[in-house]
Amino acid sequence: MIIFDKVSKSYKSNIALKDVSVHIRKGDFVFLVGPSGAGKSTFIKLILKEINADSGSIKVQGEEVTGMSARNVPKLRRNIGIVFQDFRLLPKKTVYENVAFAMEIVHQPRKTVKRTVPAVLRMMGIADKADKYPDELSAGEQQRVAIARAIVNKPKVLIADEPTGNLDPDTAWEIMQLLNMINSRGTTIVMVTHAKDIVDKMNKRVIAIESGRIVRDEFGMYGYKEALEDSEPTFDTMHAPDRKAIKRKFRKGGKEEQ
Amino acid sequence: MKSFFYTLKQSFLQFGRNLNMAVASIFAITCMLLILSLFFIIVINVNMAAEKVKGDYDSIEIFLKEGTTEESAEEIISDIETQAGVDSAHFKTKDQAMEEFRSRWGENGYLLDSLTDNPLPDSVVIVIGDLEKADAIAEKAAGYSQTEDVKYYKSTVDKLLKVTNFIQFGAIVLMVVLIIISIVVVSNTIKLTVFNRADEISIMKYIGATNWFIRGPFLVEGIIIGMISGGIALGITALVYSNLIEAVGEQVFSMLSMPMVPVSFLMYNFAWIFMALGISIGSCGSIISMKRFLRV
Repeated sequence: MIIFDKVSKSYKSNIALKDVSVHIRKGDFVFLVGPSGAGKSTFIKLILKEINADSGSIKVQGEEVTGMSARNVPKLRRNIGIVFQDFRLLPKKTVYENVAFAMEIVHQPRKTVKRTVPAVLRMMGIADKADKYPDELSAGEQQRVAIARAIVNKPKVLIADEPTGNLDPDTAWEIMQLLNMINSRGTTIVMVTHAKDIVDKMNKRVIAIESGRIVRDEFGMYGYKEALEDSEPTFDTMHAPDRKAIKRKFRKGGKEEQ
Repeated sequence: MKSFFYTLKQSFLQFGRNLNMAVASIFAITCMLLILSLFFIIVINVNMAAEKVKGDYDSIEIFLKEGTTEESAEEIISDIETQAGVDSAHFKTKDQAMEEFRSRWGENGYLLDSLTDNPLPDSVVIVIGDLEKADAIAEKAAGYSQTEDVKYYKSTVDKLLKVTNFIQFGAIVLMVVLIIISIVVVSNTIKLTVFNRADEISIMKYIGATNWFIRGPFLVEGIIIGMISGGIALGITALVYSNLIEAVGEQVFSMLSMPMVPVSFLMYNFAWIFMALGISIGSCGSIISMKRFLRV
């Protein structure tokens, strides 16, 4: 489904990914973990062709993404659903309109939209919120809307960038149940997260990235090199996973790394 | 078709949402177009006057030596007609010349009656099609063995050409500058509306909307703004110009024996020019302003 073959990417002098090779199969549920600035976002941006790799090859659903012309990028993205940490709903549209919007963009006939959107909202458990605006909803409900929008076009891959980052543990777990259900219907899921308890509880494939390299790729527990070094997770490793990264950011004058 | 209506609907919604902005750009573009139309009117009228003047000086006359036969004059005619820039050439007898002379003198023509002998020479009149080539033609005309003298208003024609060329060039430069300014104004206006919707655009890009799908409504918005400005500018120009002609036209211009370009002709052309300009300014402006936001 998603194949990285010796992919490298650097921003000016900063190396974001170096010689990364990964094979994510159809139907996989993959957690992408690692300290901030390790290259997780770069990994996702490369899949979406938001940025171009310096070298190596990336295939998504059998199609070569590296060197794909800008004209074909929309087609690629229509097969990939995305969920963000901050939901990114349109505040001036209702829940229904937010989800329908994703279908309008790909020119679905109105009839299909009218039939599909309520069904997806029901699946997400927010059918009764269809006419509400995003700011009238709780964070968990907003994320459900965002997931509904991401899956309404039935993508083969769902990418979730810290989808539980803004949610309390109970709500986060509800969201994970939803993702698990979507995955069980055959959608490949790639989820970036820092939530150790969730990763441990789900017991799925975990890919750990650190300083641009894959340091671990196996089923089971949360963790990457630094976190593994002290087997007892401390406050530091849980909430400020990479002091070096923070220092790096500081030196750069607080500018966010790409 | 469905996406076309979607685009149209979205652009009208946008237009309504950003009414202040739209009014501001319409005002700006209308002003630009009005200044443009002022230059157009000046250029067109100068051109017309120049054409009229040129018409009086668009001939070269070869005065033939005494005793030249009509046959040898015909030789000159057939030879000179092959020269580049020559429209036509014809033979003028001394009697025709006298007749012309008499009519030009008008009431005082009787003074010529006292002449017993016609002192005017026969001549060949060359009508020039391309004034820029008049020099070469005059040179050639002077070279014939039958030529006594060549009458040619060289310096007058030169000056006229220089002035009209200068005015045309200056007007074109000014117009280009004005068009660029309008594009910048429109693109800035639309950039503000795009900026308000940057989030929406980035989400659309992530979901897989094509660039043209996103651009469409903004493009149409720009075109609507351009068309409205064009319409307003056209109306104002028509009103002012027709009043101007009515007020001063009749007396002043007949005194100068210099007609003005009629309103109907001008407006017919202006309608096309303004619409084309308005639409291209609006669409260029919106495409330029979108560029940065589509790079996701």
